Amino acid sequence: MPTHRKPVLARIDWPTLLLVLSLITVGIMAVYTSEYTSFSEPFFNMEKSHMKQLMWLCISCFIGFIILFTDSKVFYSLSNLSYVFGIFLLLITFVIGGEVKGSHSFIKFGSFTFQPGEACKIFTALALARFLSAQDTKFNTLKDRLIATAIVMIPCVLIILQNETGLALVYFAFFLPMYREGLPNSILIVGISGVGLFLSSLLIERLPLFIGITVIALLCVWLLWRQIKKQRIVIIFIVGGWLIAVTFSQLIVPYIFKNVFKGYQVERIYSMLGQDVPLEFQKPGEAAKKDADYNVRQSKIAIGSGGLAGKGIMNGTQTKYSFVPEQHTDFVFCGIGEQFGFIGSMMLVLLYLTLLLRIVVLAERQRSVFSRVYCYCVASILFFHFAINLSMTMGLAPVIGITLPMLSYGGTSLLSFSVLIFIMLRLDADRHILIR
Amino acid sequence: MFNFSNNPRAWIVRLLFAAMAVVLIFRLFNLQVWDDKYKILADDQAIFRKVIYPARGSIVDRNGKPMLYNNVTFDLVVTPSRITKDMDTVTFCGIMGITPADFIKELNKVLVKNGKQKPGVYKGELSKELNARLQENMYLFPGFELVERSMRSYPESAGALMLGYLSEVTPAMLENSRFSSYRQGDYVGMSGLENVYEEELRGTRGVQYLVRDVMNRPRDAYKNGDMDTAAIGGKELELYVDAELQAYGEKLMSGKIGSAIAIDPRTGGILAMVSAPSFDPNLLTGAEKGKHFGELNKMATKPLLNYATQAFYPPGSTFKPITGLVGLDVGAITPAFGYPCFGGYYACGKRVGCTHSGHGHAANLKVALANSCNAYFCDVFRKIVDLPKFGGVHKGLSAWYEYMEHFGFGKPLGVDISSEGGGNIPDTNYFNRTYNGNWNSCNMSIIGMGQGEVTVTPLQLANAMCMIANKGYFYTPHLVRSIGGDPKHPKLKKYLEKHQTTHIPTEYYQAVIDGMEMVVTNGTGKVAQLPGIAVSAKTGTVENYALLFGKKTKLDNHSVFVCFAPKDNPKIAIAVVVQNAGYGATWAGPVASLMMEKYLTDSVKRKPLEEKMFNANLVKKYTYTIDSLQRIKDRLRWEMKMADKESQAAMMKRGDTLLVNTMLERFYRLKK
Repeated sequence: MPTHRKPVLARIDWPTLLLVLSLITVGIMAVYTSEYTSFSEPFFNMEKSHMKQLMWLCISCFIGFIILFTDSKVFYSLSNLSYVFGIFLLLITFVIGGEVKGSHSFIKFGSFTFQPGEACKIFTALALARFLSAQDTKFNTLKDRLIATAIVMIPCVLIILQNETGLALVYFAFFLPMYREGLPNSILIVGISGVGLFLSSLLIERLPLFIGITVIALLCVWLLWRQIKKQRIVIIFIVGGWLIAVTFSQLIVPYIFKNVFKGYQVERIYSMLGQDVPLEFQKPGEAAKKDADYNVRQSKIAIGSGGLAGKGIMNGTQTKYSFVPEQHTDFVFCGIGEQFGFIGSMMLVLLYLTLLLRIVVLAERQRSVFSRVYCYCVASILFFHFAINLSMTMGLAPVIGITLPMLSYGGTSLLSFSVLIFIMLRLDADRHILIR
Repeated sequence: MFNFSNNPRAWIVRLLFAAMAVVLIFRLFNLQVWDDKYKILADDQAIFRKVIYPARGSIVDRNGKPMLYNNVTFDLVVTPSRITKDMDTVTFCGIMGITPADFIKELNKVLVKNGKQKPGVYKGELSKELNARLQENMYLFPGFELVERSMRSYPESAGALMLGYLSEVTPAMLENSRFSSYRQGDYVGMSGLENVYEEELRGTRGVQYLVRDVMNRPRDAYKNGDMDTAAIGGKELELYVDAELQAYGEKLMSGKIGSAIAIDPRTGGILAMVSAPSFDPNLLTGAEKGKHFGELNKMATKPLLNYATQAFYPPGSTFKPITGLVGLDVGAITPAFGYPCFGGYYACGKRVGCTHSGHGHAANLKVALANSCNAYFCDVFRKIVDLPKFGGVHKGLSAWYEYMEHFGFGKPLGVDISSEGGGNIPDTNYFNRTYNGNWNSCNMSIIGMGQGEVTVTPLQLANAMCMIANKGYFYTPHLVRSIGGDPKHPKLKKYLEKHQTTHIPTEYYQAVIDGMEMVVTNGTGKVAQLPGIAVSAKTGTVENYALLFGKKTKLDNHSVFVCFAPKDNPKIAIAVVVQNAGYGATWAGPVASLMMEKYLTDSVKRKPLEEKMFNANLVKKYTYTIDSLQRIKDRLRWEMKMADKESQAAMMKRGDTLLVNTMLERFYRLKK
C-alpha cells in the first residue's frame, strides 16, 4: 500500500508528537511545583493551575484530533480566508476588546479571555506559506518580497498598537522562513548582528567588547581568506564592518546614553535587561535607582541557586515561596532551573533543540512548498519564543512577556501552539502529495 | 535522513538554532555552576535564622514553691539593613501609634546603638494587643521580626532585692569577657541571684533555620531541621528561703527602714532576707521598667539599697555576747565574774551611761547579759585588750581583731548576692592613725558594748548568732540550696565548707547562750518569749549620729534584735535592725519574735502584736531631709568633679586662656 493510503495516525511523525507531549508534561510538573505548598493538598484540585493546564491539554488533544482527520487541502484553501478573518479579529479588538494589565489585546466572552494576536500567528503562517508557494510568486523580485513582508507586518503593527509589544515581536520570526525561501543573506546577517551589537554594547564592558569584535573580524578574515585573495573588496567590507561596529559600540551608544536619553529612559532600558544602570550613565542630580527589574533579579537568583544538580523536586525555596513573580507563566523556567539545576536545565534546552531540529527535518522532506514554508514558520515561532523567553529569565534579553511554548501556564498559549503543531503534523502526513 | 537537502540555508537555520542553545547553556553554566553569588543571595532571601531563646531557669523556695514565673513576651527587633522600600511605614506607625518622624528617630537610635547589619531591639516587651496586631501585619515590615523572650513575674511580690531583676545587656557589659557570648538585646540578670547565677539560669540558646516566603513569613524548617540546634533551658535554683516567711517578714517591716535576716544555723541557708522598705519585684519587669527604676532610685528611703547586706550599723548591745565570749576564751573573765555597776562606767573618766543602777544587775555574765549592763562589757573589753598575757594594748587589740575575723566581721562574708558590704572592725593601724600612736584601752572601751568604731551588716550579725547557736562553727550564709537539683554544684562548694571558729570551749558558749536565754526569760527581751520554746536573744539600742548642716546630730536610736531558737537545737537565727525606731525590744524584737513564731510553729497567735507591727510607720521625717541634703552634696561634688575635668581639658588646649579663667572661676565658686 502506498504511504499516503495508510491511515493518518500511522503517517504522522510520532517523534515530534512525543517531544511535544513530553515538553507539556514537564510544563505541568513545573506549574504544579511552583504552586505546591505541602503534601496535604490534594493533587486533583480544579482550583489549581496544573489541573486547569491538564484540562487545556485535553481540549488541545481533542482539537488536534479534529485537525488530524481534516483533509490537508483544507488548510491550504482556508489560509487566505483565515488570514483576513484574523486581521478582522485584530481590528474589532480595538472596538470591543478589554484591557488586561495595560494591554488592549483581549476579547472577553464572559470569564473566558481570548487573544486574537495569538491565533493570528497561525493564520499568518498559513497565509505566508500560501503566498510563497503560489506558482506566480517570484520571491526574488522586490515586489513579492514586499508583499510577503506586508503579510507579516500588518498583524505585527496592529498588535503593537494594542500595546502588546512582546507578541508583536514574535512576527519578526517569520523572516526566517522567508530567508529559507530566498531572502538575501545580508538582510539576516545585518539584522541579527545589529540587534546583537546593540545589546552587547549595553551588557558587556567596553574593552572586552572591543576585543570580541576584533576577534570576530579576524575570524572572518581567516575564514574568507580564499575569497579575499580573489576579491580585494571583501577585506574592505570586513574592515568597514569592524569600524562601524567599534564606533557604534564604543562611541555612539555611550554618547546617546550620556547626552541624548533622559535618566528615566536609560533606567527603563537597563531595567528591561535586568541590569543596574552603570555608574557612567547615571545622571547627576538624579538618585541612582539601586534595584534593577525585580523580576529578572529574582529569576536569576532562583535559577542560579539551583547549582549543578538542583535542590531537588519540591525543594526550590525561591519558587516555592513565590519570590519569583509570574513563576508559572512567563518565568516557569525558574522552577526547573532551581529544582533540577544545571543538568536539568541543560536537558530541557536540548529537548527544545531536538524538537526544533526535528521540525527542520520535517520541513525539508515536504514535497510541497506550502508545507515546507509552514513547517519553517512553526520552527521559527517556537524558536523565537524559546530563545527570548529563556534569555529573559536569565537576564540576557529584555522582559517582553512572551511565554515558553508548551511549558508556561495559560490555556490560549497551549491551545495555539497545539493547533500550530497539529496542522504541521497533518501536513507532514501528506508530505508526498502536492498541496495547492 | 540528512541527505535530503542540498539547500545550505536549511543548515544555516539549524546552525542558528544550535548556536542559540549553546549560548543558553553557556549562560546557564555561568549562572548555576560558575557563579556562587546567586546561591548566597537565595539563602539570604529565603533562609531565616531564628534564635530560640531558652526558658530562663526558675527559682523555687525551700518547699518547691515558685518564687517567680516565666511569662512569654515578644520584642520587636529590627535589622536596619534589611528594611526595603516595600516597608509599609504608614501601617507600622498606625499600629505603634507614632508619627513617621518618631519612626525615623527610633530607628536612628537602633542604628547608632548597634549598626546597620546587626539586629537591635526596636521596642521591647510588647503588650499582648500590640504583639497580636504586629504579628498579623509582619509581612508588611521587612527587616522587622518578633523575637520571643521570657519575662519574669513574681506571684508573692516578695524578695525583690534578693532575686534581682533582668535587663537588656548594656554595651559596657558586652565588652566584659563574662558576657562575650551575649548579643545586643539579650537579657541578663543585673542584680541579686539573677546576676550571681546568670550562667546557670540562662541556659543555652538554640538556632532554628526556617525557610521564609516572599512576604517574609517563616514557612518550613530548612533541610528538615537537620542544621538546627535545640535550646537548652536554664537550670532551676532551689533556695533555702521560705517564700511565706519572706513575704511575712516584708509585711512586718513595712513602714520601716532596716532589715530582717533569718538563717538556718545548721546549714547557713538564709530563710528570709528582708530589706525594708521593700518593693514589688513586678515593677522591674515590663515596658515601664525604666520609669519605675528611676522612681525607686529617687526615693529617700532608698529601697534599692539592700539593707541586709549593704548597710552598716554599730551592733550595739547585740555585740555584748561576742565580747563576753572573747573575754571568757582569753581568760579575762569567768562566767561568775561580776562588775559593781551603779548606773555608769567611770573608770575612764568620762561617764558611759547604763540603763540600770540597781545593785547586782551585773553580778555575773548571765545577769549582765540579761540586763544588758553597759559598764560590765566596757570593763570586759578593756580587760581583754589589756590582758597581761598579750603584753600591751596593741597586741591585745590584735588578738581581739583576730577573733572578730574568725567570727566573720570586718569583711564581706561571701553570700551569693553581689555587692555585699563588709562592715568595719578597727585595728591597731586605725587607732595609730587616729591617736598618733598614743592610745590605750580607754579610747575604745565602748566597743565592748557595740558602739564606737565597730560596724557590722545585719547579715554578719545574724551569722554571728548562728556561730553562737552552733557553739563554734558556721556555714557562709547563702540562699541557694541546689542548682538544677544538684546540691554539690561547683558554684555551691564554698557554702558546704564548715567554718570552725577559734577553739572556744563549749562551756563558754553555753554560758553566753544561757545568758541570752535569760534575756528572754527575765531580761530586756521578754517580748521574744514563745510558749514551749527556749529562745536565746539579745536586744540592742544603737546610738547613731548624722552630720546635719555641719553639726554632728544625734538621731533616734536604731532598734536591733538578735535571737535564735530552740536554744539547745537551734533551727533559726534572726537578726533584725529597724533604723531610728527606738528600743531594741520595742520594734526589732517583735519582728524577730513573730518571724520565729511563724517559722517554728507555722502560725502566729499574737495577733494584736502582729497588727501593731504591720501598721507601724517608723520612717522619721528627717530621713527625707538627710536624703535631700545628701543628694545636693552629691550633686555639688559631681559638678565640681566635672568642672575640674573641664578646666583640666581647657588647660590642655594651650593659649585658651579665656576659657581657663572661666573654668577656674567656676571651680572655685563651686568649692566655696
